[in-house]
Amino acid sequence: MPVMRRRDFLIAGAVLGAAGLGLGGCSSYGGSAQESAGGEAGRHWGFVVDVEAFREKADLDAICEACHSAHNVPRIDNPKEEIKWIWGEPFEETFAEYANEHMGESLRDASVPVMCNHCEEPPCVRVCPTRATFKRADGIVEMDYHRCIGCRFCMAACPYGARSLNFSDPVDYLETVNSEYPVRTRGVIEKCMMCADRIDKGLMPLCAEASNGTILFGDLNDPDSEVSRALEESFAVRRRASLGTGPSVYYIVKGGEQRA
Amino acid sequence: MLEKALRGSKGYYVWVGLLLAGIAVGVAAYANQLMNGLTLTGMSRDVSWGLYISQFVFLVGVAASGVMVAIPYYLHHFKTYGKIVVIGEFMAVAAVLTAVLFVVVDLGQPMRVLNVILFPTPNSMLFWDMCVLSSYLIVNLVIGWTVLGAEKKGFPPPRWTHVLSIVAIPLAVGIHTVTAFLFAGLAGREYWLTAIMAARFLSSAFAAGPALLIILCLVLRRSLAFNVPERAIDSLAKTVCYAMIANVFFYLLEVFTAFYSNMPGHKAPIEYLFFGLDGHAQLVPLMWLAVVLAAVGILLLLVPKWRRSHKTLVPALVAVFFACLIDKGLGLVLGGFVPNSFEQVVEYVPNPNELLVILGVYCIGALALTVLCKVAAGVRAENGDAATSETAAVEDSAARPDAADGAREEVPAA
Amino acid sequence: MHKGGRIIAFAAVFCLVVLSPFIVNLANAAPAPEASLDTPTINALSQKECVADAAYMRDNHMQMLDEWRNDVVRAGSREYESASGQVYEKSLDGTCLECHSNREEFCDSCHDYAGVQPYCWECHDTAES
Repeated sequence: MPVMRRRDFLIAGAVLGAAGLGLGGCSSYGGSAQESAGGEAGRHWGFVVDVEAFREKADLDAICEACHSAHNVPRIDNPKEEIKWIWGEPFEETFAEYANEHMGESLRDASVPVMCNHCEEPPCVRVCPTRATFKRADGIVEMDYHRCIGCRFCMAACPYGARSLNFSDPVDYLETVNSEYPVRTRGVIEKCMMCADRIDKGLMPLCAEASNGTILFGDLNDPDSEVSRALEESFAVRRRASLGTGPSVYYIVKGGEQRA
Repeated sequence: MLEKALRGSKGYYVWVGLLLAGIAVGVAAYANQLMNGLTLTGMSRDVSWGLYISQFVFLVGVAASGVMVAIPYYLHHFKTYGKIVVIGEFMAVAAVLTAVLFVVVDLGQPMRVLNVILFPTPNSMLFWDMCVLSSYLIVNLVIGWTVLGAEKKGFPPPRWTHVLSIVAIPLAVGIHTVTAFLFAGLAGREYWLTAIMAARFLSSAFAAGPALLIILCLVLRRSLAFNVPERAIDSLAKTVCYAMIANVFFYLLEVFTAFYSNMPGHKAPIEYLFFGLDGHAQLVPLMWLAVVLAAVGILLLLVPKWRRSHKTLVPALVAVFFACLIDKGLGLVLGGFVPNSFEQVVEYVPNPNELLVILGVYCIGALALTVLCKVAAGVRAENGDAATSETAAVEDSAARPDAADGAREEVPAA
Repeated sequence: MHKGGRIIAFAAVFCLVVLSPFIVNLANAAPAPEASLDTPTINALSQKECVADAAYMRDNHMQMLDEWRNDVVRAGSREYESASGQVYEKSLDGTCLECHSNREEFCDSCHDYAGVQPYCWECHDTAES
């Protein structure tokens, strides 16, 4: 039988008490314009994915595993409650605007890696009522798990299905826990954070590191970066860019370029 | 005045007892959800809002009952509504209270709900919705309670209540508009991305709110001998009729835009709701039921003879109410998530625990409404303003002593 | 006051209910725990010094953790300089629990005594629990 724990009871009492007292003081982190100052200003981190490199499901599985095991992403079998940071989707469903019945096998068979697009104009950040999700100065859209109230407005706003809710306690679905990285509690939203903690230490995101060059990572603002050069050389698309979100994940479609 | 809610007929005690039992069930179910998480709902990563938010959206609309009697009464001095304006305001209070509770039970981390106030975020529509909903709730409660208190003492209400009533009018427009903006501003959700979303919210609110208000007035007249002029009911019924016609018209505009432009993203949710998509057709019968209910409701309300007879008026109002509930509650929220970001259809099936929580929240709202109406009826009865035997078909024998008990305070309950 | 007896009886019951936590605790009073500093990492330190002095930490560790958390997540500030000039990483797992690896004796014993159940361990140091 479920029993309300004492802490939950005390917090509930405190919330009611605070509500009775009125608004009270706002946190110093509340109104500050500088609050999302994390990350190096002037940078714009992004990914360039070579779509046709992902024809075998196994190509992607190793990358997803590297990400999910390091970040304690639980493996939940129920597709309705899955937690996903990076995963594969068929090309024609990921790029419905570009897919057509004449496209070649290399695209048809591709299992396109999808993740948070770390938008330049992120709709999730716009709708979040507590600024639990925010954009850093270097373009990374991050989550503050301690502040998230689990209203799921961001899930409704995200046009990429990149956000997952912890419908139940994620610890129950973790076989091993990486003690270097925190797990999440139930009722909060999570998503790909572009390995912001690694980037701050000068390291590459895990997916790019595990990809053997099929997922490039770098500064889109730097014309000499690997990603900028790759985009200069090849034709690339972004998911649902017509929505004005400005995704920072680009997909190179070489076959498409040759036929164009 | 609250003491008026503590005494009543046997029927009143049974009703309150039933509501309290419903609340107990709901609280237990919610405790279960708190301990186990939102996995005890039918929501998923694809359909991330379900019945809770549907009820929220619909009940914000029901709160329009207040303003639809307040505008004619306060702005146009339409005295016929004088008797029922307080009931309209109290119904708005109960509706907004219930709506807000539905948001709270929907949260994954309800203990942190005050973060919305601690970290005010003007770019989030949810922040503005919280502002207008709480203001509207407080304003209506204060006006209704003060006016009723003055009535009890036989004084005219203080002038500031009149000023506050006029403040409440833009607030009422605000709650529907801002709630519509929760949905209307999301790129990539084509069913919601429409400029007439706020207009649709207003029209369906102006239909569903007064429809329930008329039914409530008739119930109060029967059970508590509350005096409701027949002319007020007919005027409100006309409001319901016109608002429902506007609501259906606005929906047809959406259908035209989606299908004549032939844009797949705009067509898909409507196809899913009315014909099914990719073999998923769970909501199809409900949506067609809403179509039939809307048509029948409008027809019965349009013909004066049918509108004036309670035998046809009540079914018409019930039809309009449920048509709005299906369209604005279920269809709007669930349809907006179809298809998902990957052109797939994922359906939502409510969980039994979720339904019990919904029952509990509705019982809380009904209890608040019962108490407020009982107070209003008690004050009127004390002032000798009970319905005459001609208008009030008081068949419930238990209601008689109850209506007069305000005058006999000291008699202990049997 | 024809119902005075009932009013007094209900007031007494109300007081009893409100005071029940205190009454229960009176019966179960336990001695204050001693936070243990006996861990391999602390024993190996030449100078046994925390990020701030013990009295301050005892009173304010929760505020400091909250500030650190906000600094790291929201402002990208990951380094903390103590009064003695030593630089630490602002990290519960990486700094605090590195020295205080005996969570049960150091954290939990005092939290249990004070009757607080902070939710740190739902996400941090979960391998332990």
